[in-house]
Amino acid sequence: MFDSAVKIPADVLNGLRKRLGEGVFSVSVHLDNLRLHVPASRLMQVLTELRDGFGYHLTELGGVDYLGYPGRSPERPRFEVHYALLNYDTAKRLVVKVGVSDPDPTVPSVVGLWAGADWMEREVFDMYGIVFDGHPDLRRILMPEEFRSFPLRKDYPLRGRGERHNFQRLTREDS
Amino acid sequence: MPVNLLDEAEIRSESRDYHWTLNFGPQHPATHTTLRLVLELEGETILRATPDIGYLHSGFEKLGEHLNLNQYVTVVDRKNYISPPMNEVAWHNAVEKLLGIEITPRCSYIRVIIGELARISDHLLCAGASALDLGAFTAFLYAFNTRELIYDIYEEMSGYRFHPGYTRVGGVMFDFTDRVIGRIEKLLATLPKVFADMEKLLFRNKIFLERMRGIGTLSKADAISFCASGPIARASGVTYDLRKDEPYLSYADFRFDVPYATEGDCYARFQVRMEEMVQSSLILRQAIDKLPSGPVNVPLAEKFPLPDKGTAYGSMEGLIQHFELIMPNRGFETPKNETYAAVEGPNGELGYYLVCDGTQVAWRTRTRPPSFIHFQLFPHLIRNHMIADVVAVLGSLNIIAAELDR
Repeated sequence: MFDSAVKIPADVLNGLRKRLGEGVFSVSVHLDNLRLHVPASRLMQVLTELRDGFGYHLTELGGVDYLGYPGRSPERPRFEVHYALLNYDTAKRLVVKVGVSDPDPTVPSVVGLWAGADWMEREVFDMYGIVFDGHPDLRRILMPEEFRSFPLRKDYPLRGRGERHNFQRLTREDS
Repeated sequence: MPVNLLDEAEIRSESRDYHWTLNFGPQHPATHTTLRLVLELEGETILRATPDIGYLHSGFEKLGEHLNLNQYVTVVDRKNYISPPMNEVAWHNAVEKLLGIEITPRCSYIRVIIGELARISDHLLCAGASALDLGAFTAFLYAFNTRELIYDIYEEMSGYRFHPGYTRVGGVMFDFTDRVIGRIEKLLATLPKVFADMEKLLFRNKIFLERMRGIGTLSKADAISFCASGPIARASGVTYDLRKDEPYLSYADFRFDVPYATEGDCYARFQVRMEEMVQSSLILRQAIDKLPSGPVNVPLAEKFPLPDKGTAYGSMEGLIQHFELIMPNRGFETPKNETYAAVEGPNGELGYYLVCDGTQVAWRTRTRPPSFIHFQLFPHLIRNHMIADVVAVLGSLNIIAAELDR
């Protein structure tokens, strides 16, 4: 069922290494998932190469907060943004992961490569506070504009910090 | 929430004196659920549309970090509530992929069946509602009436009509009984007539055709760039279908076609959905005929499924396992790893990016919600169309706000 050898496009990895040089990305595999770990500075280069040279297109973009993740060394970045890519012709997938940490969580925006990244990046910004450099319209998308925290961060409590109780109440008299 | 519709140059320019701004939603019969559009108009022509979403945001992904892998299925149901079993199949598909569980052939067939039922139910609603929004009321009633039969099947198999919560890690809640099969047979006997009725009512309905053809055209390049998937991408010529191209569950066993169109307009999307329902009913027919016998859950020795009541009450091992799985500080172990796994949902690629940290509670349950990704297309599709086309385009995108906002 999980035949990883079938799913992993070795030619893509080798071709990518050849074009970008060694040491730009590291690879990890879990069952049929292939992940490329890329530093934020080389992200655009890798994604552009994957799109133009190998026909991979974005299907999914999201963030993960690893604060307190068991067994994760503190040197590794707190947040990771993942880009799930799909090649429509060969039906192969891979995930590009980029890590950022708190004082300046900034990732280059890929809206220029795929228009569909627009709202997904806005959602990651809304939920984690990760800034997408070069995004045309980086506003909150799901939470209200005046919301101050980033709710999917691990240090944000499930029940919120009382925002709901402090909602301004409009009564019939003062409306 | 203030929405900036115009950039500075436009605000200052005198030529925008005659532009109107129209607020559409959040409560409007044609938005079906809660979503808001701010439309900038010149006469009746839409210059720009700005969607404003988040009204139904309920933190489903945060909840997923506090419920265990089996409990979360109840929340998953409520994302795309038009086709709940498909969400369950997608969710537990991702879980089992991460955990490396291989489900039994019978379970795999059962999941195909409930997934295809969900697809038919979703497409019936979408096709019917897009006709309803354009004034063709009868076709909608025919479609909605048939969805009742599908709800009856859900009720028979799980006990719940709307949110079955039917799948479990490594299996499903109950095995299919003969009565479930009987109800599916009844549905399969009804479907051809329903499809024929809907086709008769709509495919030669001049008003319907004229309001759908050439409206909201999406090119193939844009479909790929906007990450579109499912029927919307297939109506634009992207013939990708996960069931065919990356067969999961037991889809490799069935013969079916992947309908597609190249026009990319609302009518093409409608046609693709209509034809997909026919193909889904073919898959259902084959799955019912070939449904393997045998266990529906992975063996108890693998420590994933809850033992059934008889085993839990009747044997010591069953009782111990039940206790082990139910107690919050026990349960099965998960790898400290992550995976992205997707299935072909009715609306498109329905995927989960799942991160586990060794416990039964997921670390992160990111959904790839097709509605969210497809709604981005709306401003692009509606530009330079008339106000009346808003409902046609919205209907053909099949935006489910609960999945949009999660």
